[in-house]
Amino acid sequence: MEDWRHGGFGLYLHWPFCQSKCPYCDFNSHVSAEIDQDQWRRAYLTEIDRLGGETGGRILQSVFFGGGTPSLMAPELVSAIMDRIRATWPMVNDAEVTLEANPSSIEAGRFAAFRQAGVTRISMGMQAMNDADLRRLGRLHTADEARRAFETARRIFDRVSFDLIYARQDQSLTDWRAELTEALALTVDHLSLYQLTIESGTAFADRLARGGLRGLPGEDLSVELYEATQELCDRAGMPAYEVSNHARPGAGSRHNMIYWRGGDYAGIGPGAHGRLTLGGTRWATEAPRSPGLWLAQVGAEGQGELPRSALSPLDHAEEYLLMSLRLSEGTDLGRLSRLYGERLALDRLAPLVELGLLHEPGTQLVTTERGRLVLNALLAEIAAALL
Amino acid sequence: MTQLDLIRNFSIVAHIDHGKSTLADRLIQMTGTVAERDMKAQILDSMDIERERGITIKANTVRIEYPAKDGKTYILNLIDTPGHVDFAYEVSRSMKAVEGSLLVVDASQGVEAQTLANVYQALDAGHEIVPVLNKIDLPAAEPERIKQQIEDVIGLDASEAIAISAKSGLGIPDVLEAIVTRLPAPKGDRDAPLKAMLVDSWYDAYLGVVVMLRVIDGVVKKGDRIRMMATNAVYGIDKLAVLKPQMVDIPELGPGEIGIFTASIKQVRDTRVGDTVTHERKGCDTPLPGFKPAQPVVFCGLFPVDAADFEPLRDAIEKLSLNDASFSTEMETSAALGFGFRCGFLGLLHLEVIRDRLEREYDLDLITTAPSVVFKLYMKDGEVRDLHNPADMPDLTYVDHIEEPRIKATIMVPDEYLGDILKLCQDRRGIQMDLSYAGSRAMVVYDLPLAEVVFDFYDRLKSVTKGYASFDYTISEYREDHLVKMSILVNDEPVDALAMMVHRDRAEARGRSMVEKLKELIPRHMFKIPIQAAIGGRVIARETLSAMRKDVTAKCYGGDATRKKKLLEKQKAGKKKMRQFGKVEIPQEAFISALKMDG
Ligand SMILES: Nc1nc2c(ncn2[C@@H]2O[C@H](COP(=O)(O)OP(=O)(O)O)[C@@H](O)[C@H]2O)c(=O)[nH]1
Ligand SMILES: C[S@@+](CC[C@H](N)C(=O)[O-])C[C@H]1O[C@@H](n2cnc3c(N)ncnc32)[C@H](O)[C@@H]1O
Ligand code: SF4
Ligand SMILES: [Mg+2]
Repeated sequence: MEDWRHGGFGLYLHWPFCQSKCPYCDFNSHVSAEIDQDQWRRAYLTEIDRLGGETGGRILQSVFFGGGTPSLMAPELVSAIMDRIRATWPMVNDAEVTLEANPSSIEAGRFAAFRQAGVTRISMGMQAMNDADLRRLGRLHTADEARRAFETARRIFDRVSFDLIYARQDQSLTDWRAELTEALALTVDHLSLYQLTIESGTAFADRLARGGLRGLPGEDLSVELYEATQELCDRAGMPAYEVSNHARPGAGSRHNMIYWRGGDYAGIGPGAHGRLTLGGTRWATEAPRSPGLWLAQVGAEGQGELPRSALSPLDHAEEYLLMSLRLSEGTDLGRLSRLYGERLALDRLAPLVELGLLHEPGTQLVTTERGRLVLNALLAEIAAALL
Repeated sequence: MTQLDLIRNFSIVAHIDHGKSTLADRLIQMTGTVAERDMKAQILDSMDIERERGITIKANTVRIEYPAKDGKTYILNLIDTPGHVDFAYEVSRSMKAVEGSLLVVDASQGVEAQTLANVYQALDAGHEIVPVLNKIDLPAAEPERIKQQIEDVIGLDASEAIAISAKSGLGIPDVLEAIVTRLPAPKGDRDAPLKAMLVDSWYDAYLGVVVMLRVIDGVVKKGDRIRMMATNAVYGIDKLAVLKPQMVDIPELGPGEIGIFTASIKQVRDTRVGDTVTHERKGCDTPLPGFKPAQPVVFCGLFPVDAADFEPLRDAIEKLSLNDASFSTEMETSAALGFGFRCGFLGLLHLEVIRDRLEREYDLDLITTAPSVVFKLYMKDGEVRDLHNPADMPDLTYVDHIEEPRIKATIMVPDEYLGDILKLCQDRRGIQMDLSYAGSRAMVVYDLPLAEVVFDFYDRLKSVTKGYASFDYTISEYREDHLVKMSILVNDEPVDALAMMVHRDRAEARGRSMVEKLKELIPRHMFKIPIQAAIGGRVIARETLSAMRKDVTAKCYGGDATRKKKLLEKQKAGKKKMRQFGKVEIPQEAFISALKMDG
């Protein structure tokens, strides 16, 4: 069996536009006054046809409309894309079709149409539950508006998730516990809780470099915040299934699981990445980041990719390790060993087990909660020991 | 061959940056020795390092033809000498080959420590000295005051000092004329047996070993068979030339002349600076009084960062020692750093220069261990041992007492900083020997342990005096003191490369600052790490590096896999630059910085 089948097959589609740019965000998102949705439709459909040609016959398990703010897409556009996808790949019965939405009233008005188009799941960028913090995060919506948008989504979709950013400026442990408790009360079955990361090239990074953006938590507080998050979510029956993702058992995002379990995914749209196993080789695909360039390239060449690169067995093994170790289920050591092409010297992990960072390896390699908190450093150690 | 009375041999002595190289450039330029299009700044400093750092490391000569006002054309041989104390031996050997010196003093700065050290060497060599006041173009120049200072501090008659600007060329003709009229012509007997002084030698990639010599008596010709009197080795001269400064072949060299020869000599080590060169047959009877060979005084270990670079390092060191007989090397094995070399140097600058050259010219990444001096161990059984490496320190029960080298340091400093200097010297176990004033500048002489100076004395001196102090030293003697070996333990493992000899009274302070510094330099690990300084089994300072608690990327989806893999690659590359001590990884920069620590 080809390795990707353990993870499954999905399609990611990137919509690169937002109403305004949030100061912490380093996603490939842009603000643009005029967007010719027709032209975008043609380009997306061209790409679906092309990738369908390469992966024809595969069964598609999920589609993810990511951004940017895909809830700004015209419902007709989403509908046209979904029609073409269904015509291209056979889909599993309960296929997951997620769309990222911003919680303002404009978007909420479209939810029904999105459902009509085939969207089954909404992932909503709530970010914070109070207006002061939403303003500091540069968000256009209020907490109330967000709650209403969420209620609308809940009525229309069975599966609704939302995102919060924590470890914000001046956020105390008590503040966060209260806010998270409130959020957990709203939760349907899924929640993404990200600690604020200052990404280079963002307005926040700039502010920080110039001595602004005071009151961010230090290491000790951010550890406490993380630990409190695990505790409250566990208690609410929403344990972490990944570093920052929580769900009721079985309600994890199937699409994201494809990434973390090392499945294949086609990437469509500006800056989209993909992983495709074709003819025994695993390819990394990538598209030009600039929306204009991508659009023009698809128009001119009938394809929107940069040159592909083939992953070596070592690349592939490393990638599988670093993605899967984020999961509570951990890394399948049998798969890792097959990808790497050699037996793994598991005894070399003993010091890390002894330090309480890894569980004793069985068929799966799993980090402890402490290990998960230092996953980047831990990964380097594991990769050095095994690969 | 040139008539004796038409030859003048001279050197230029100056404190660093007072304009020696610039003056040499002007002399070369104004006499048309080098075509204008070939002229470059600091023409005599040929090594990259010399040009970059603005220091002269190797002595260099140039032969200048100068038509003087008296209508005759003179041959002027300039030997450009290094100014730095580390290379004092280069200076002394070159001084013996010439009859006079230009003493260059920056008219805005005045006499500095190296001015003194170098001028005393010139006086020792019996030189006639012409004082030259440079940089009179600067608004801050005070030629009259500096003249007075030269008289007061050095005791030279400065009434006829020549005021110049080497930069603009002002006064250069006067300098040329003074060389001819005020410096003595060499003496010598053309008909006597050949007697020539081996002034310097170096390795040239094309020519092999090149020997510079100054003829005292007799004549040497191309094809002659010559004998080196100290080694008794005999060679045939393949090439005879003068330096202008590029080599120009010449059929013969007579008394008073300076030139170079090659003779299929394999290594610079086969030539002894100060040796007497004569003819194989009908040679002279008595050699010239020799020089004492330069002794390395500072030692350190050089290790390749990447163990695979050991062989390239060995090759590079061999090549460098071809050209620099003053640096000694021997293989060393360190538990921490693997295979490398223990190397001896003339001083800290010499050490830095060699390390720089190894890294740059041979593209090697090196770890340098703490510089240390040579201690003398008086063992209880009466044996006396040289200790070059603190790691080799035997068990104290076998040692009766330890002696360390002391220096006589001369420091010149504006009096406002005197207090800081006295404190610094006192802190470094110095004993004040003299304190005098020349105007607003103080001159202090201290007896100091060399070990305290090799550490970071220059840096401290510079920082406490904002760069206004100057410093020079000579090695004086070995003396007993209460010295101990201090070990550094990281996560309870001794790191041999960080072991050092220290005075017992200073051990706590040194140990404390070392462990504090290491705490900053060693990256946090996933466990906590004790860092300790110890004498024998007794811990004298300790710090604990806390465990890393959080290092995880919050978001990682399909598009981030590539980015995360790059991070992993970076971590892997970083790990290669780490040294493993038990479970702890210490980056190479940590060693370098820890060893550069301030007292
Ligand atoms: N203003 C001025 N600067 C000079 C003069 N002579 C040399 N310098 C500068 O002083 C610095 C040191 O000169 P250099 O010849 O390298 O000094 P050395 O260390 O004695 O060889 C250089 O930046 C020169 O350009 C001069 O006559 N006037
Ligand atoms: C593609 S983005 C958001 C989609 C949507 N445009 C929105 O803002 O609601 C996915 C999520 O990543 C999180 N995120 C973005 N930048 C972040 C940062 N610098 N630190 C932490 N989380 C971040 C936010 O929670 C965001 O909802
Ligand atoms: S956080 Fe969401 S809305 Fe804000 S700029 Fe990024 S993608 Fe756009
Ligand atoms: Mg110079």
